[in-house]
Amino acid sequence: MYRYDEFDAAYVKNRVKNFREQVNRRIDGSLTEDEFKPLRLMNGLYLQLHAYMLRVAIPYGTLNSRQMRTLAMIATKYDKGYGHLTTRQNIQYNWPALKDVPDILDDLADVEMHAIQTSGNCIRNVTADHFAGAAADEIEDPRPTAEIVRQWSTEHPEFLYLPRKFKVAVTGSPNDRAVTKAHDIGLRMLRNNAGEPGYEVIVGGGLGRSPFVGKVVRDFLPKADLLPYLEAILRVYNLQGRRDNKYKARIKILVHETGTDELRAMIEEEFAKMDGPSIALDPSEIERIENYFAPPQFSDLPAESVALSAAKAADAEFATWVDVNTDAHKQSGYTIVTVSAKAIGEAPGDLTTAQMNVIADLAEQYSHDELRISHEQNAILPHVKLDDLPAVHAALVEAGLATANANLISDIIACPGLDYCALATARSIPVAQDIQRRFSDPVRAKAIGEFKIKISGCINACGHHHVGHVGILGLEKAGIENYQITLGGDHTETTAIGDRAGPGFSFEQVGPAIERLVDAYISLRADESERFIDTYRRLGLEPFKAALYNEEKEAA
Amino acid sequence: MAKLFKPKIISANDLLAGDVVYMNSGYGWTRKLAEAAIAHDENAADALLEKAEPQQDKVVGPYLADVALDDDGRPFPTHFREKFRTRGPSNRVDLGKQATNPERREPLAASGGI
Amino acid sequence: MPLVTKQGFQPTPEITYVLVEEIGAANQASLAVSVPSDTDAAVLAPHLEKIALIGIDFPSFADGRGFSIALRLRRLGFEGELRARGYLISDQYPHAMACGFDTVEIDDEMAERQPYEQWKAATEKVLPPYRVKRAG
Repeated sequence: MYRYDEFDAAYVKNRVKNFREQVNRRIDGSLTEDEFKPLRLMNGLYLQLHAYMLRVAIPYGTLNSRQMRTLAMIATKYDKGYGHLTTRQNIQYNWPALKDVPDILDDLADVEMHAIQTSGNCIRNVTADHFAGAAADEIEDPRPTAEIVRQWSTEHPEFLYLPRKFKVAVTGSPNDRAVTKAHDIGLRMLRNNAGEPGYEVIVGGGLGRSPFVGKVVRDFLPKADLLPYLEAILRVYNLQGRRDNKYKARIKILVHETGTDELRAMIEEEFAKMDGPSIALDPSEIERIENYFAPPQFSDLPAESVALSAAKAADAEFATWVDVNTDAHKQSGYTIVTVSAKAIGEAPGDLTTAQMNVIADLAEQYSHDELRISHEQNAILPHVKLDDLPAVHAALVEAGLATANANLISDIIACPGLDYCALATARSIPVAQDIQRRFSDPVRAKAIGEFKIKISGCINACGHHHVGHVGILGLEKAGIENYQITLGGDHTETTAIGDRAGPGFSFEQVGPAIERLVDAYISLRADESERFIDTYRRLGLEPFKAALYNEEKEAA
Repeated sequence: MAKLFKPKIISANDLLAGDVVYMNSGYGWTRKLAEAAIAHDENAADALLEKAEPQQDKVVGPYLADVALDDDGRPFPTHFREKFRTRGPSNRVDLGKQATNPERREPLAASGGI
Repeated sequence: MPLVTKQGFQPTPEITYVLVEEIGAANQASLAVSVPSDTDAAVLAPHLEKIALIGIDFPSFADGRGFSIALRLRRLGFEGELRARGYLISDQYPHAMACGFDTVEIDDEMAERQPYEQWKAATEKVLPPYRVKRAG
C-alpha cells in the first residue's frame, strides 16, 4: 500500500501545525467563526449536536494494522472508546474537544493519516472499491488512480472554495462496489479496443434533495489525460455551478440544467486549452505510486481448502458465516472477509477500541497487514487464506464481529442521524436497530437473501437511501419524526433511484412495515434465487406498496 | 390580536468543548437548561440574542429555542431536536449530558412521543 | 484600504476602474479594469494589451470563482497586475498567488484583525506534494 515520501510527510505534519495556529487564531479573534468554519471543515472538524466531530480519511478505504491501532488509541485517548465508519470510507470520532484536535491530527500524521478535505466545499476524500487489489472480478486496481487524484486535489489552490462539496469515486471492476454513478465524478477503469487502459468518466451523479444518476461525459479517457481532464471539469464547475442556492449548487444540478451534451462541450473546450503535460504527473511518479500497490507475496495454494471444508461440516454457524461474509479472491486459495460492524442491536458502523485492535491483529496475522473500510460501514480483511478462516472466525466471534449478515437485511447502512448530527431531521440508528432485532435470526436472514436497507436521517442522504433496495428517509412532520420509504433503488453498475412508496410512517411504524414488506416479498418471489430487487423489478411497486400500507386491514 | 408567544431560551455550543450550553440571566453560559434565562416576550428574546451573538470567543452558533414551562416555571424543550440536545444520543444513554447526570436528566415534555 | 503585497501592507492608491463594457470606449493605455466574479475571462482577451491592472471581485471569501478567472486570464497571456478585491482571508493568500494574483485589497477591519504577519505566515506554509513536484 502507499507510503508517504518526504514531501507527503512534511506536508501532513506542517498542515497540523497550520491547523493548530488556525485554532489559536479562532480563539484570539483573528478568525471569526464564519471564517474558521470552512478551515476547520477542510481539516475534518464539524460541530454537531452534542460536541465537535472529527472525520478522519481512510483514503480509498485502505489501511494497515498500525494505522488501525492508532485509530483505536485515539478513540480511547481523546474520545469515548469508539469510532464510527462512514458511508465514504472515513472514520468519525463524536466527542473530541477543540483543543485536542491538533494533537489527534499529529498522532494521525505519525502513521501517515489525516483528516484533510473530509469536509468542506472542496474535493473530498477519494473513495474506491473496498475489494480493490483483491477481487476476482477486478480489471485493474483503482487505488493508484485514487491516490493520484488525492495528491492532485489536496489543497488545490483553485478548488478549495467550490459552489459545494465534490466527491470522486473510482472502480476497477465491472461490478461497481464504489457507487460511482452517485458521485460528482465517477471513474470506471476499462480498456479500449486497442487494449490501452483508461477511464469512463461519469459526471453529475448524486443523492441528496435531488437525486441523479451520473451521466457519461467521456466513454474513454486515456490514463495520461486524467488530471488535465479532471481539472477541466472542476474549472467549468467552479465558474458555472450555482452559488445562489446550496440545494442547487452541486454539479448534478449544473449537468441537469445545462444538459449533458452542452456541459460535455464546455468541458472539452476547457480541456483542449489546457497544457496537459504541465498538469499530469510524470510517468516516473505514476510508476512510483503504482509500485506501492503491487500485490502482496501470495502463497501458491489449491483452490479448495480441506481444512475449511472440514470446519464447515463440523460447525453450521461457521459455515453460514463463510457463505455470507466471504467473497471471491483473485488469488487461488485466498478469500475476502467482510468483518461485520453491524452486530444485531448495535449502531451500524460503530467499532469499539477493543474491536479495532482485534481487527488490526487479524490483518497483521492473516491478511498481509492490509485492511479495507467499505462505504457500507464494514471492515474488510482483503487477503485471507481459506485455511485460516476458522481461526479468523473464532477471533471475530470473541470480539462480537462475526455477525453473518454481509449484504443481508441486517447489514443496514445508517447515517448518524439526529442522535449526533446537527443537520438531521430524524433519528436513523434506532430505526436500524429495531429492524436488525426483527431479523436477528441468521437462518431467516439468509433465507431472505440479499436485501439492502439504507437509512438517512435527513434529505442530504448520507445514508444513501435513494439507492437502497429499501430506502428509509427520516424527516420531521408536524413536530414528530416521520419516515418515507422508497423501493427499488440500486447502488451498483445498474444504479437506480428508488420509487417513493407513499405517505411516511411514524418511528414505531417503520419496523412493522418492513416486516410486512419482507413477508410480501417471500410470498411473491419466483424462487429463492430471486432477490428482492429482482422481484421488485419484475412486479413493480404495487404489490409492495399494498403490503406496506396493509396495516389497517391486518388489524381488522 | 397579539400572536401567542412561546417562551424562549438561548442555546449554543461551547467553543472549546463543543457541548451544549444555555445563556443564563447574567449573560454567561450554563450546561443546565434549568438555569437558562427565559424570554417571555419578543423583545426579551431579541435582547437575549443581542447579548449572545457577540460572544464568539465563548460559544458557536447561538440561537433562540422554544421551551415550555413546568409548574415551577422551569423550562423544558418542546421540539424533539432540543430534547436530544439536553440529553445525548438516544441509542447510548451512557454518553452526553444524560451520562454524567442521569438522576437529573432535564425533564421531558409529556407529549411528543419520544 | 490596505493592499497586501509581498513587501507588506501598503496604502491602496486611488484608482479609477473601468468596467469590461467600457474598455472599448476608453482611450488611454494602462487601464485598470474591474471584473465581477461572474465574468467570462475570454471577453477580456481582445483588450489585454491596453490593461495594466485587473481587479477581480470576491463577494465572499467562500466564493472561489475569482481563482479560476485569474488562471484563465494568465493563460490568455495577461502579464499585468492581478488584484483580488473584496473579501479574502489571510489563509487564502497563497492560493490566490498560486492562481496568478499579485496583490489583495482588504478593508481596514480585516487588516486590523489579521495583521501582515498572518498573511506572510500563510505564504510560508509547506506546499502539498503535487504542487512541489509540478514546480520542480
